[in-house]
Amino acid sequence: MSLKRKDFLGLYNVSAEEINEILDTAVAMKDILTRTVKKVPTLRGKTVINLFYEPSTRTKFSFNLAAKRLSADVMSISKSSSSIAKGESLLDTAKTMEVMGADVVVIRHSAPGAAKFLADNISASVLNAGDGAHAHPTQALLDIYSIKEKLGEISGLKVLIVGDIAHSRVARSNIWGLNKLGAEVSVAGPQTLLPREIDKMGVRVYNNLDEALEKVDVVNILRIQMERQESGLFPSIREYREIYGMNEKRLQRIGKKAVIMHPGPMNRGIEIDSSVADSSQSVITEQVKNGVAIRMALLYLLAGRELENENLN
Amino acid sequence: MKTLIKNALVFDPRNNLNNKNDILIEGKSIVEINENIKDQGYQVIDAADKVVIPALIDMHVHLREPGYEEKETVKTGCEAAAAGGFSAVAAMPNTNPVADNPAVVEHLHLKSKEALVKVYPIGSITKGSEGKKLSEIGTLANTGVKALSDDGQPVMDSEIMRRAMEYASAFNLPIIDHCEDKNLSKDGVMHEGYYSTIFGLHGIPAASEEVMVARDIVLAEMTGIHLHIAHLSTEGSLKLVKDAQNRGVNVTFEVTPHHLLLTDKEIEDYNPDTKVHPPLRSNRDVEVLQMALENGEIDVIATDHAPHTYEDKLGEFDYAANGISGLETALGLLHNYFIKDEKISWNDLIEMYYYKPAEILQVEAEGIKQGAAADLIVFNPAREWKVEKNKFKSKGKNTPFAGTILKGKNEITFVEGKMVYDDRGGKNEILY
Repeated sequence: MSLKRKDFLGLYNVSAEEINEILDTAVAMKDILTRTVKKVPTLRGKTVINLFYEPSTRTKFSFNLAAKRLSADVMSISKSSSSIAKGESLLDTAKTMEVMGADVVVIRHSAPGAAKFLADNISASVLNAGDGAHAHPTQALLDIYSIKEKLGEISGLKVLIVGDIAHSRVARSNIWGLNKLGAEVSVAGPQTLLPREIDKMGVRVYNNLDEALEKVDVVNILRIQMERQESGLFPSIREYREIYGMNEKRLQRIGKKAVIMHPGPMNRGIEIDSSVADSSQSVITEQVKNGVAIRMALLYLLAGRELENENLN
Repeated sequence: MKTLIKNALVFDPRNNLNNKNDILIEGKSIVEINENIKDQGYQVIDAADKVVIPALIDMHVHLREPGYEEKETVKTGCEAAAAGGFSAVAAMPNTNPVADNPAVVEHLHLKSKEALVKVYPIGSITKGSEGKKLSEIGTLANTGVKALSDDGQPVMDSEIMRRAMEYASAFNLPIIDHCEDKNLSKDGVMHEGYYSTIFGLHGIPAASEEVMVARDIVLAEMTGIHLHIAHLSTEGSLKLVKDAQNRGVNVTFEVTPHHLLLTDKEIEDYNPDTKVHPPLRSNRDVEVLQMALENGEIDVIATDHAPHTYEDKLGEFDYAANGISGLETALGLLHNYFIKDEKISWNDLIEMYYYKPAEILQVEAEGIKQGAAADLIVFNPAREWKVEKNKFKSKGKNTPFAGTILKGKNEITFVEGKMVYDDRGGKNEILY
């Protein structure tokens, strides 16, 4: 089992078959995570490097854990702790990774396209862990996995993404991925936080959250960054909470079957009330767990390119 | 030694030339134009099936000297101009230090003496192009600048722009206007639209250019200055300028070859060579500009030649420098995409890329006629060539057209009677 690609940079040019292959592989990976001994030797001798140019807690931790569960050698380099801080260029850092024998480089970077640049310049596989507002494919895949786990087939589901779509790589990757699997995707938020011509990505666009919430199967709520308010994109946190916050009242309106998601970290009491985040409809903690499984699946499918049908049991 | 160009198809709309002719050059000048000049031991250039036109004038070039000699020098920039088919360029003042005082302009004059093509200095509107205090505009005028511009930066303060226009009008200098509202363009790195949305790059809305075009048309109308809009890139800007021209406002504009040919979709591989300011615009904008070109509505074509080093253009798109090295591809592109298919004529090109820029800068341009300076090129319309960065004379190898196959190439450039560039048989030779 393998992906027919060296790198995994986004879902824009990934086929539905490939997405399904990753999701199926993640099922097996999640099974490993529920065992008493949560480790398999699959990637023994392989080297995974986490190259984080942007602060991240959960994604970095998730990738670390995923690599360790598969017995890969894993190292994390972040902006503050290496020569990156001295202004070493991405190209030189990449070349260093290469000669150190990295098989997979996981990169998080604030500049869109940084993962592609890295991929074009090294022979190791590159896995995009978020590049600016461009793409965050593993987050989208774990979201899709979580939806599938809860509701079964993706095709035909109505998925609403709420909040700061303009600055969100999570939203973009979710839109590409969900559309490929046949979901109907909508976005809702203040016009200032919706990017231009987003409708051409194949989504319905709402400024009115209550209108958007009619008939939804999934509501994925994005984190609102406080600096967006400071830069004048919306008037106040109070107003955002009132108009775009997911609260108890709105939860009741969408019905018991609908699933609540959040990629984290949450601003409890702002974009999502605790009563919603902790409700039985929320899969937010499950998302975190599924994230490890998805990342194990991708590391396996990329690093294990030349491994032959390695037995996961 | 006299040089005889034989059997060329010669174009010059203002000297009524559009047929086969021989041209005899002696010293700096054209001494005879005739259908058949007898070879009397001259140096003969066989120009059968070739086109001869006045060498072009590019009124928007960054020569980078002083201060950024790693990107370009007056010498290398002028070599690139010679290779591209130009006999003159106007040099933008955003050097380091900025050409906001006579010393920097004198330095440019000095460097230009040794250069292959003529260099017309442009002085800055404001000190350091910071948009705060007026440069010594009168002194700059006396030092020989041909226009004023803060190109690279807008003059954000409307009051400063108003006073600059009023003050400059006494010295009969045009203002070349970099139109950009910084508050709207902010940290944008490409045109705002569908592609900025899917690439996740910060967008620069068309409005960032258009509101400044509108403001400065109003100010030009008020002050009576000749306003020239640099690198116009959007449909909205074009409408504003056309409307003002129809009202009789003294406003002209230029369009670059890259804004005529490339859209924001080009950025999909995050290639830093597609990063330019103003950014490559939408398909609609490009279509409208092409239509305007074909309808004869564009005043001037200029490259906005903006050379950068390899390192300036390496790595993340967000951090890369803005600009395209354009002198050595402009004419080939315009021939291949517009002249070859008769969307525009040679005469149209000569108006937009020779006579008009000369008029705006108020410099001599007599064209191809007896007694005029022999500034002309021999162009081979049948020759196919590939754009190869490494063959550029410019230090700036930053072109989004690398690898493009073009039909039609400049083969010889004459500046004041002297052959300064020879590419017959692919020699690609600069001649001092």
